[in-house]
Amino acid sequence: MITPTHYMLLSAALFIIGVIGVMVRRNIIIIFMSIELMLNAVNINLVAFSFQLHHVVGQVFAVFVIAVAAAEAAVGLGIILAFYRNKETVNIDEMNLMRS
Amino acid sequence: MRYIWLIPLLPGIGAAINGLLGIRAFSRRVSGVLACTMMAAALGLSAVAFWQLLGLAPEAREFTVVVAQWIPAIPLQTVHGIGAFQVPWGFRLDPLSGMMLLVVTGIGTLIHVYSTAYMADEPRGGVARFFCYLNLFCFFMLMLVLGNNFLVMFVGWEGVGLCSYLLIGYWYEKTSAADAGKKAFITNRVGDWGFILGIFLIFYTFGTLDFRAVQNAAGALPIEAGHFGVLSVICLLLFVGATGKSAQIPLYIWLPDAMEGPTPVSALIHAATMVTAGVYMLGRNAVLFSHAPQVMTIVAVVGVLTALMAASIGLVQYDIKRVLAYSTVSQLGYMFTAMGVGAFSAGAFHLMTHAFFKALLFLGSGSVIHAMGGEQDMRRMGALKKYMPVTFATMFIGTLAIAGIPPFAGFFSKDEILFRAFVANKAIWVLAVLTALMTAFYMFRLIAMTFFGSYRGPAWDAHQAPAAGHAAHAPDSSHQPPASSHDDHGGGHGHGHGAWHGPHESPTPMTFPLMALAVGAIVAGFVGIPAALGGSNTLERFLEPSFTAQHHVLAVGEHVAEGGEAAVESEPAAEPHVSRGVELGLMGFSVLIAVIGIAVAWNFYVTSPEKSVQLAERFAGAHRVLSHKYYVDELYGATVIAGTFSAGRGLWTFDRRVVDGMVNGAGKLTVISSWFSSLTDRTVVDGLVNLIGWIVQESSYAFRRLQTGLVQNYALLMLFGIFAFVSVYLFVR
Repeated sequence: MITPTHYMLLSAALFIIGVIGVMVRRNIIIIFMSIELMLNAVNINLVAFSFQLHHVVGQVFAVFVIAVAAAEAAVGLGIILAFYRNKETVNIDEMNLMRS
Repeated sequence: MRYIWLIPLLPGIGAAINGLLGIRAFSRRVSGVLACTMMAAALGLSAVAFWQLLGLAPEAREFTVVVAQWIPAIPLQTVHGIGAFQVPWGFRLDPLSGMMLLVVTGIGTLIHVYSTAYMADEPRGGVARFFCYLNLFCFFMLMLVLGNNFLVMFVGWEGVGLCSYLLIGYWYEKTSAADAGKKAFITNRVGDWGFILGIFLIFYTFGTLDFRAVQNAAGALPIEAGHFGVLSVICLLLFVGATGKSAQIPLYIWLPDAMEGPTPVSALIHAATMVTAGVYMLGRNAVLFSHAPQVMTIVAVVGVLTALMAASIGLVQYDIKRVLAYSTVSQLGYMFTAMGVGAFSAGAFHLMTHAFFKALLFLGSGSVIHAMGGEQDMRRMGALKKYMPVTFATMFIGTLAIAGIPPFAGFFSKDEILFRAFVANKAIWVLAVLTALMTAFYMFRLIAMTFFGSYRGPAWDAHQAPAAGHAAHAPDSSHQPPASSHDDHGGGHGHGHGAWHGPHESPTPMTFPLMALAVGAIVAGFVGIPAALGGSNTLERFLEPSFTAQHHVLAVGEHVAEGGEAAVESEPAAEPHVSRGVELGLMGFSVLIAVIGIAVAWNFYVTSPEKSVQLAERFAGAHRVLSHKYYVDELYGATVIAGTFSAGRGLWTFDRRVVDGMVNGAGKLTVISSWFSSLTDRTVVDGLVNLIGWIVQESSYAFRRLQTGLVQNYALLMLFGIFAFVSVYLFVR
């Protein structure tokens, strides 16, 4: 029997993988993908509790998160593309223009 | 007579034209003719006005013309409460001012004519300047004479002082002339101080400055016989003014130095007219003075002492003009003596006759100086009689007149004064007679040294003047004059004739005034022949109304006035006490005195010239004192001038030490306080600011490490932050 605990463990694992990805990877595309992973970890949590509690709001919320993630992906990729055109790199260590 | 205001104005116009245009544009002749024309026109108007005045009844001989309001009624405090201080430009013609008018315009015109020749060697602009000043002087003098109140008189009074200063300093390149001008001006200021104070006091006492009103008001007051009241103070202040202008002790010192001016100036201003302004002013205020008998005594004593002192100085002077200057001071002393003993008309009479013969003598001396090429030292003259007969004859007449030989003018006026002095006070009479003796002596000494004896002047080219050949060598043998200081006069006075051809008679414009004045010196006395000699003393009765309070005021019925009026009348009433025999005897005595003086002078300087030298050596001390003018200049230099200097120096020291010290101290204090202020500024304020900056800077070294610019660092920190917040949320709460 799969209990909410299992869902939460999966979600937490995915979230931690995403956080570690954001922290340690240098390629901004990978970082971006890690962020998506974290978002989806949240989605799993939302849907699981919605199912458990027989309450539809969580699923509606998950759909909103997916929509926001899509919009975020569009904007973020646009930024990355513009950055690449300028600097010809996607290494996040090169992205230090704001440094004094 | 309505146009008497034109009389001063005409010379004023002449002065304006000559001053504004003449100095730049006019030739010598044009400016001279212009000035002479203006004076002659003024003389004509004066004569007409005087003639009309004579046509009036004796009591009605007073005419006032108000040209314009000068000072409108200003409320001012007087002794009777708030009075109205108002002064019109008013002119008044009465017997006294009429007489002065004729003297000033008449002698003024003659001297203007004389000046055209005397100043002929001056540069063109200088001549116009000279005539401008001379006309301006006449303008102010006539205003002084004609003014009907004290303030108009004061305007004239100051104006003549100014012109005197300008004319004494005419040769302003010469230090001595400039100094003499300053001396005259400053000495006069001292007198003017007294005069203006007197005017203030008159307004404060009477509430008016009009002569007639003041006279009437003063006539109503009792005579201050026993006490020294306000009238006495007024008179004393006015007399201080008169001593300044008329060169009396103690302010006479400027007049001899004033001889630095051109000789016509000396004749007009410093002999005939301006210096007599003080006498005139006393005569104008005769009513005031007769109410202050103590001041009258002071006036008489000062007058006779001045006469004696100046005459004694005149005995030993060698500068021809200085002898005449001291003579003028002495004769002015006579006039003051006359005023002081209450013989106002005698004083005015002497004023007139003196104006004639002294102007004559000065012009004659100018002629001599002109002839000698600027030489003024009598020791370098002599035997000029044969070179300049007209000058000699006229000057001789003037000398006889001043010495008091009948029937010349001086005899009558001087004798009148001596007689009145005899009646009033025997001591004053003795001193006056002594002065008369000295006068006769020094005047004949002047004549003898100048016109007689042997020629002692510089030699000249004998070919040009063969007649003087033998005389030219005389100076080597006898009386070699010491190398005197007057050599510079030649160049300075502008008598550079080029080649000097020896003494010569002066041109006609110079000799004509001499002759005219000589006639005046002979006949001027005839208007005042005393009753004792069968005359009727016309002048005295003519002048009498000017010296008394007005009669018709009495008719209005002021009873208080009658007492004062009677007292004024009592002064002339003293005359009949002395018999005619005594009067005649006094006359004879004074003539005898004059003759003695003449004889002694003749003996000393013509028949045996060595006697005067011996006498001077015998009484070397007295001689030295006299030739140094009693050391009065030195005394004033040591007291008044040195005192002023040291006071000024003291004030300067005070200024430097205390006032400047305070200012500098304040400055120094500011510097010190600002130093402290800057110190705190630098340490405390700047220190705080720097401390904050330092703290920020130092802390920034630590904190800047955070700003790596790496996104992942920021994300990590954010994560830690979230952890922290969540931990707090979960566990602490």
